[in-house]
Amino acid sequence: MHYVIIGAGPAGVNAAEHLRKYNSLAQITMLVAEDVPPYSRMALPYFLVGNVKAEGTYLRKNEGHFEGLNITLKHGRASAVDPVSKAITLLGGEVINYDKLLVASGATATRPPIPGIDLKNIFNCWSLADSHKIVESTQPGSKVILMGAGFIGCIILEALAARGVDLTVIEMENRMVSRMTNEVMGTMIKDWCVNKGIKVLTSTKVSRIDDDGDSPLTVSTEDGQKLPADVVICATGVRSNTAFLEGSGIEVDMGIVVDDFMQSSVADVFAAGDVAQGRDLSTGDYYVQAIQPTAVEHGKLAANNMVFGKRTPHPGNLNMNVLDTVGLISTSFGMWMGVDGGEEAEMSDIGNFKYLNLQFKDDVLVGASSLGMTQHVGVMRGLIQTGAHLGDWKAKLMAEPNRISEAYLASAQAQHVATAPV
Amino acid sequence: MQKSLHIDPAKCTGCLQCESACSLVNEGTVNPAKSRIKVFSFHDEGRFVPYTCTQCDEAWCMQACPVDAIVLNPVNGSKDVLSDVCVGCKVCTIACPFGTINYNTSTGKVVKCDLCGGDPECVSACPTQAITYVDANATGLDKMRAWAMKTDNAGA
Amino acid sequence: MSWTRKFLRVNLTSGAITEEALNMQWAHDYLGQRGLATRYLVDEIDPACDALGPDNKMIMTTGPLTGTIASTGGRYSVVCKSPLTGTVACSNSGGFFGAELKFAGWDMIIFEGKAATPMYLSIEDDVATLLPADDLWGKTVWEADKMLRQKHQDPQTKIACVGRSAEEGCLYSAIVNDLHRAAGRSGVGTVMASKNLKAVIVRGTKGLGGIQDPKRFLQVTKDAKKVLADNAVTGQGLPAYGTQVLMNVINEVGALPTRNMRETQFEGASNVGGEAMHEPRKSDGKPNLTTNGACFSCTIACGRISTIDRTHFSVKDKPEYWINSGGLEYEAAWALGPDTGVDDIDALTYVNFLCNEDGMDPISFGSTVAAAMELFETGAITTEQTGGVELKFGSAEALCWAAEMTAKGEGFGIDLGLGSKRLCEKYGKPELSMTVKGQEFPAYDPRGIQGMGLAYATANRGACHLRGYTVASEILGIPEKTDPLESDGKAGLVKAFQDATAAVDSAGLCVFTTFAWTMDDIAPQVDAACEGDWSTERMMEVGERIWNLEKDFNQKAGITGADDTLPERLLKEAANTGPAKGRVNELDKMLPEYYQLRGYSTDGSMTDETRQKWALPS
Repeated sequence: MHYVIIGAGPAGVNAAEHLRKYNSLAQITMLVAEDVPPYSRMALPYFLVGNVKAEGTYLRKNEGHFEGLNITLKHGRASAVDPVSKAITLLGGEVINYDKLLVASGATATRPPIPGIDLKNIFNCWSLADSHKIVESTQPGSKVILMGAGFIGCIILEALAARGVDLTVIEMENRMVSRMTNEVMGTMIKDWCVNKGIKVLTSTKVSRIDDDGDSPLTVSTEDGQKLPADVVICATGVRSNTAFLEGSGIEVDMGIVVDDFMQSSVADVFAAGDVAQGRDLSTGDYYVQAIQPTAVEHGKLAANNMVFGKRTPHPGNLNMNVLDTVGLISTSFGMWMGVDGGEEAEMSDIGNFKYLNLQFKDDVLVGASSLGMTQHVGVMRGLIQTGAHLGDWKAKLMAEPNRISEAYLASAQAQHVATAPV
Repeated sequence: MQKSLHIDPAKCTGCLQCESACSLVNEGTVNPAKSRIKVFSFHDEGRFVPYTCTQCDEAWCMQACPVDAIVLNPVNGSKDVLSDVCVGCKVCTIACPFGTINYNTSTGKVVKCDLCGGDPECVSACPTQAITYVDANATGLDKMRAWAMKTDNAGA
Repeated sequence: MSWTRKFLRVNLTSGAITEEALNMQWAHDYLGQRGLATRYLVDEIDPACDALGPDNKMIMTTGPLTGTIASTGGRYSVVCKSPLTGTVACSNSGGFFGAELKFAGWDMIIFEGKAATPMYLSIEDDVATLLPADDLWGKTVWEADKMLRQKHQDPQTKIACVGRSAEEGCLYSAIVNDLHRAAGRSGVGTVMASKNLKAVIVRGTKGLGGIQDPKRFLQVTKDAKKVLADNAVTGQGLPAYGTQVLMNVINEVGALPTRNMRETQFEGASNVGGEAMHEPRKSDGKPNLTTNGACFSCTIACGRISTIDRTHFSVKDKPEYWINSGGLEYEAAWALGPDTGVDDIDALTYVNFLCNEDGMDPISFGSTVAAAMELFETGAITTEQTGGVELKFGSAEALCWAAEMTAKGEGFGIDLGLGSKRLCEKYGKPELSMTVKGQEFPAYDPRGIQGMGLAYATANRGACHLRGYTVASEILGIPEKTDPLESDGKAGLVKAFQDATAAVDSAGLCVFTTFAWTMDDIAPQVDAACEGDWSTERMMEVGERIWNLEKDFNQKAGITGADDTLPERLLKEAANTGPAKGRVNELDKMLPEYYQLRGYSTDGSMTDETRQKWALPS
């Protein structure tokens, strides 16, 4: 049995390890696209800020970890997959045969189609190589424009600010990280950044970039501003890496379409991680979550079903995020934006940058988001994922959402002794 | 023999000696705000519930860690944070459905209970034996693990 | 160190909040908490000032062991001039508020002046802010606590608050923290409310480091905890029965003051004592006591967490009281029970809840109701004053009504809020007030426990059991047994207890530890935590210095040796039952020797010589 995994991110690595756990004899080959050991994109901002060396970003730290598990790492990129002959063609022409294939090829940062987007000193911040380029091209005082205040944009803000650059963020939405914040919270994050000396332009976008004379680049916005920049960093979005599947018959939507067992539309081809359009726990719909914990769980689940047949269905992953924007920590879980017919509890202490929003459907927590909270945040996942009925704690949380940990203990762990039926 | 923390809320008086001992040993100051064990007080019910990591088998935190900074301690079964490897990304803090791994803003790392390397200070400090360190099979750990399975996606 | 070495000064008149360095010389002379705050008070106010005027100051203060892992290291005190007694007021409380203040980085807070409108102080570590409390004014402690939590949203916030009784001028109002712990005596809550200060809320996340010798501190505090655990009182009696372990004991020795101290034994004692709290009730099979609860760092956990029978007349239509909250402690149970002749444990628990909810000292409240009941019996008070209520000894209904009225400061509750002394004077029978220096007695009859008579008469805050608890020796044999009916030798015993207690109250520890700990257990803990040499001798010396500082304050406030006395009833009316039958308190035999031991003149005045000996401020 030869298992082949395309991609060496968290999904690929966890899948490889679990394949080995379930099958000690099989041949396992993992294709590593970049010319470095498997590493974590989550750790890149910390590399950028200088907290860790490049090795600190590696997914596995032990020398000889993969060799020890008899997992073959092969550097190379897939250019085509043929499910009929069960063969992968690599760039350069080499062909690898598989018995079962896991596509965990992840995603790639995209650039918006605007004039000047391919000029020099415009970078993405997605790969270790991108990070190296940003480090090399900026010094204290450099004028840096960050396009996009989404998740990735925010996460690298701190690294950029810490490098002492003169930073401007341009975001087309009316607030920061609109994919995980409502207007109150997104605006608080923006205010926080402004307080930290970062210029933030919202509700506008870059219309063109020009290279003209003194300042290396001039960035024009849709609302008519012209901003000088030494470096432009593009963090406007990512796209699943599926181009090489064209013509393979494997169905691709926003990502690879998978069933509840992480199998693609084609037999013996599975998908996991940022490339997979997996099931969402909250909605039951299938879409690309592109988050670390989901990639890990996809990898484990895919490995299980690759080895044992389609045995373990996927209940879906809870969408969740944690973000550190220049020291301000935010989280979001599940249906943080609320559901039809639901109710919300909100606390906001704008001056102290504290915010908590809970979303309920009847007496069940279905979503949550927080700002400035670092203790016991995981219980929000615990409550949503288990669907625990809150009973009389619902009313208490409506009044005091910050008692979420107590509500969790009382409801999800049955530490509640009912006394007063008030 | 694997041992685990056994918590009996009925015996807890809410004195917080466990929080003081935990923070003193692990952080160098008596500081309940930084304790890895937390006593929740249910005033109206007259109940105190000490709460910390159960060192669950699934180890959500360990699985979610992108840089292998949380490792299994082979001796006592605890899942330990390697502080010098942790980059502070906090993914574990949202991945753990028990909420028992937390980010320490002053160090930029996450912290969780590591059973003090096999001699838990909270146990020594507890005056009422509400927290004990006993043979894992004798505790309600199985129950907790059963609960953990409900949260499990992979079922592996 | 263990002191944070800094404190907050909050001027309520101007709104200015400043940080000041702690006077470490004073800390070395007076340790902390009770002693140190009194030193500041003596320095900063005129002892003759109006206790409820802007010139009085109110100091919330911790000890060096507050916020440490020493057992019971969670205490704080409130020091000011008392409106009830005119003496120095110093009320000690547990719970979690004191430790939290320390974790926020502060040893104490001095409040001065008076706010123009209701305010509360919010402390989050270094940041202290005065905020408007107009919406909190007129609310009970429990309501205000809830509102503040909804506003500030941090479940770990600790809150100290005054209730409606304090706002309405009840002279024995308490400051209640953590819903049911209280700086209870002498009207410190009344002083807080007089400054238009409704609450102090604090969240501390900085923690407490800087223990002088951490390794030794861990060892000596561990040893000391073992002493508590191994002792029958602190290891078994108090956890199981709380201070209520005393109810039947004190009744049996004939020292349980009953019906305004007319008698010394109560026929219904066993219905309201610690054992009774464990008895399943008929309605739901549950006992009054749910569990025992501890204050911060306390390994004894004497606190009672109780419920009221939901079918009881006091709460059957009030589901808001069907919760667990702070239950009966001995002194409260006595004042609300035997002293009023009521033996209904649910009524007592309900009134105790009200005392917590609206911040009334249950000792002073119960004693005042007892005096009012005797006034009613004599006809000095009639249904005209009570609006028809038959205020009779033994009436649980009357007791509950009295508590509701006093809590709100309405009707006859205004009279009850005056305290026993002023109430009895108002109705022309001052001899019926069971008070010293205007403060009501606690639960030990000095006819049956002679030393307590001297302790009450000389206590610097008026009648008080917590200034020199010779009950320990006279009844429980701690540290050694003395005969409770013998007055000989009690002067020295009282002085030793008074000095030791002053030191314990200044350390951040709970005086209940002294059922098991001697100063030889306490001094090493202070010594390991604090800079300097804190031997047993030095602790006793500091205790005596504090005592004399308080005495000197009182003297300057106009209190004289003539105030060191007991009501005639205790000196002339002999106990009529029990072991003390036929006895009165022999204060006149003990007092001269006590003055001599203290170095006071024969009329009880502080002398220049003694003042100099302790280097007291002039």
